[in-house]
Amino acid sequence: MDKTISFTLKVWRQRSPKEKGCFKSYQMKDIPTDTSFLEMLDILNEDLINKGEEPIVFDHDCREGICGMCSLYVNGHPHGPATGATTCQLYMRRFKDGDTITVEPWRSAGFPVIRDLMVDRSAFDKIMQAGGYTSINVGGVPDANAIPISKEKADLAMDAASCIGCGACVAACKNGSAMLFVSAKVSQLALLPQGQVEAARRAKSMLHKMDELGFGNCTNTRACEAECPKCVSISNIARLNREFIAAKLKD
Amino acid sequence: MATIDSKIPEGPLAEKWSNYKAHQKLVNPANKRKLDIIVVGSGLAGASAAATLGDLGFKVKCFCIQDSPRRAHSIAAQGGINAAKNYQNDGDSVYRLFYDTIKGGDYRSREANVYRLAEVSNNIIDQCVAQGVPFAREYGGTLANRSFGGAQVSRTFYARGQTGQQLLLGAYSALSYQVKQGNVELFTRCEMLDLVLIKDEEGKQRARGIIYRDLVTGEIKRCSAHAVVIGTGGYGNTYFLSTNAMGCNGSAAMQCYRKGAWFANPAFAQIHPTCIPVHGDKQSKLTLMSESLRNDGRIWVPKKLEDAKKLQSGELNPNDIPDEDRDFYLERRYPAFGNLVPRDVASRAAKERCDKGYGVNNTGLAVFLDFKYAIQRLGKDVVADKYGNLFDMYEEITDVNPYENPMMIFPAIHYTMGGIWVDYELETSIPGLFAIGECNFSDHGANRLGASALMQGLADGYFVLPYTIQNYLADQIQVPRFSTDRPEFEEAEKSVKEKIAKIMSIGGTRSVDSIHKELGHIMWEYVGMGRTEESLKTALKKLDDIEKVYWKELRVPGVPSTLNVELEKALRLLDFIEIGKLMAYDGLNREESCGGHFREEHQTPEGEALRHDDKFSYVACWEFKGEGKAPELLKEPLNYEFIKVQTRNYKN
Repeated sequence: MDKTISFTLKVWRQRSPKEKGCFKSYQMKDIPTDTSFLEMLDILNEDLINKGEEPIVFDHDCREGICGMCSLYVNGHPHGPATGATTCQLYMRRFKDGDTITVEPWRSAGFPVIRDLMVDRSAFDKIMQAGGYTSINVGGVPDANAIPISKEKADLAMDAASCIGCGACVAACKNGSAMLFVSAKVSQLALLPQGQVEAARRAKSMLHKMDELGFGNCTNTRACEAECPKCVSISNIARLNREFIAAKLKD
Repeated sequence: MATIDSKIPEGPLAEKWSNYKAHQKLVNPANKRKLDIIVVGSGLAGASAAATLGDLGFKVKCFCIQDSPRRAHSIAAQGGINAAKNYQNDGDSVYRLFYDTIKGGDYRSREANVYRLAEVSNNIIDQCVAQGVPFAREYGGTLANRSFGGAQVSRTFYARGQTGQQLLLGAYSALSYQVKQGNVELFTRCEMLDLVLIKDEEGKQRARGIIYRDLVTGEIKRCSAHAVVIGTGGYGNTYFLSTNAMGCNGSAAMQCYRKGAWFANPAFAQIHPTCIPVHGDKQSKLTLMSESLRNDGRIWVPKKLEDAKKLQSGELNPNDIPDEDRDFYLERRYPAFGNLVPRDVASRAAKERCDKGYGVNNTGLAVFLDFKYAIQRLGKDVVADKYGNLFDMYEEITDVNPYENPMMIFPAIHYTMGGIWVDYELETSIPGLFAIGECNFSDHGANRLGASALMQGLADGYFVLPYTIQNYLADQIQVPRFSTDRPEFEEAEKSVKEKIAKIMSIGGTRSVDSIHKELGHIMWEYVGMGRTEESLKTALKKLDDIEKVYWKELRVPGVPSTLNVELEKALRLLDFIEIGKLMAYDGLNREESCGGHFREEHQTPEGEALRHDDKFSYVACWEFKGEGKAPELLKEPLNYEFIKVQTRNYKN
């Protein structure tokens, strides 16, 4: 027989951005420990629907830790207690019988709540549109091997590029800063010759957009790095700052 | 029966695409600005197409159901992307990539399409590098490659185990650039609910717009354009449990089908051999373990039935079974390819063993993938270096340490080769409607090779559609923009609203998921890895029953005029039931085994797939004939002019 646990779930319910939200408690009985956290919510939602109530709304999609859609603040941590994992990769065996588990949405000025646990992260798209690309057209590019890139640089760029855009860094930051997100994209492209061409412009415009959208500033608390499900390093923020200062000095 | 014109250009295989481009019609820059294109979907195909069309100067509207284009399920592709660069000097060429793909597809795809795919594969790699995609590199600074199933060369480019993510983020970057330029408008959290057709002066119906639902506000809205492109992925979630993301669905394709677009080869679904087995009835999806694991893992089940029984009841530890009592059945059956046979072959072999009672977990539906031998040969560190992240993922999900115990795996639905029929120009049977990526049927025949899905999505989006759509739009430059107040939009919106009202008023007691799970069981049981005439006929009956259950017992809480996730799922489920029927009809018609479609009546004495080229060398196109009516079959013959059609052999 599989091991099961029973526990109390406190979930943030909020009808719309403008309405006031509150916690609601649900008693969860005999949940198998090999159930994922989101499957546990599926079970609860099935119960709610069967009672004729509206299910809890939360974002989720791939359920394998890569799409960046899931975004739950579990027991005070973005994506819950596991390190280097998204909410969908969290399994109930990490919790104990009799626990009280608190589930909230991302809380940040930059991410308004849409309903319950679902937030609006379109600000990240807007930051990307401000410069998170190389300004090239399709076709007319050189052969892929024309410009050699050292393995070390390519690996560092890949480390930065592993960001899934979930927003955990913003949710973890006391200032609600999006610096880890911005720096990951700026670093990835600044490390590669293809992105270096417009590195200065990119750093300035992405940071400017981040400020404009109401995200806070970085005060090096490193909470973002600790909570990032992909372990993106804050050394990227240092790199972003270098790019930014260099760009400003040229102005 | 009307002959189907797939518009294959004249000339030798290697010159067809060049000839096409040299003679096709183009649209000049001033006119491009006057033409609107709707792109539905923002995965590799949709995002690359929207970005490229925007870059050319068309006015593009790109729709996705997620909160950002970057979430599309292309992001989850792990292994890599094929290209015929021959950077390894190991004998690769455009022709060889073309040949491997046709053969891998069990000779059920078009020569000209596949050749073009191989031809543009190299451009994709160049483009992605220019975008800043951090592909793996060698110490010398050049790009690294690895091998995948069904090929004798190393042609797969990769970015760790996250190639799909990096390629999609590249396309998303390009898309973001075009949004900034003002050429693309994004519609996120918006779901297409119908296709709108408008008759032209000659009475020809053309795709001119869509009806969509704003998933946040629940509003039903309209959007018009000169052409509509759908790149909305596959329909694997018909089975409920699959490696697809929760939101993946076949609804956009079905809306087009109901408006007259043919659905081609729906029975061709790929079952991936290495997924984590089902562990309980609360499970929501299946997790893929990369094909690369089969490079070093050995697949086995016990030789003795009594050992299997003890494993199933938990009395025996697999490590206590000596080597001589282990049946490495892939190595036994396919000495030449061993554990690296193509996906369809590996999946069927696992099913065969489990059907005979040799399954190794409590459900009897699992086989071992053992790294003991690789660890003995290479050392734990080397294995950890190669597969560490996959091992961690496996342990997190199953609570079993794969360094010490063999992994348990089982096949799961992963990809659908079938889809909306398109001609060489990627245009469907509805003028002005195009289908790209997994959503169309075009390039993979009856089985897709690893690392070819990313290649096809990006080929369609960056390098094929942006040319071929101009051949259509060149005739449309005089057509003014359409008002969404037209009666065609009025009528389409009305029927969408009526359908929603009907669903909301069922007032039953069952959730969408509970019915969807039942559908999944029917599909897996009767339209799964092994199909028979009897099972497919049973499926059709049971699918009719489940449709009745849907209309009687479904309960969707809340109201439609606001965010309502259950309503979204209810709408998609209705289409999944319809797709299930199409799959069963197609499977019933295709009385042969090929690729992912295995009819148990048609196998060789050794249990291998047996094709009947004399009767079934065609694309089965299904035409909608009205609700509740059987679809009509049209055939597009497959003529192989340039290669010799053979029986696939992975034994020697």
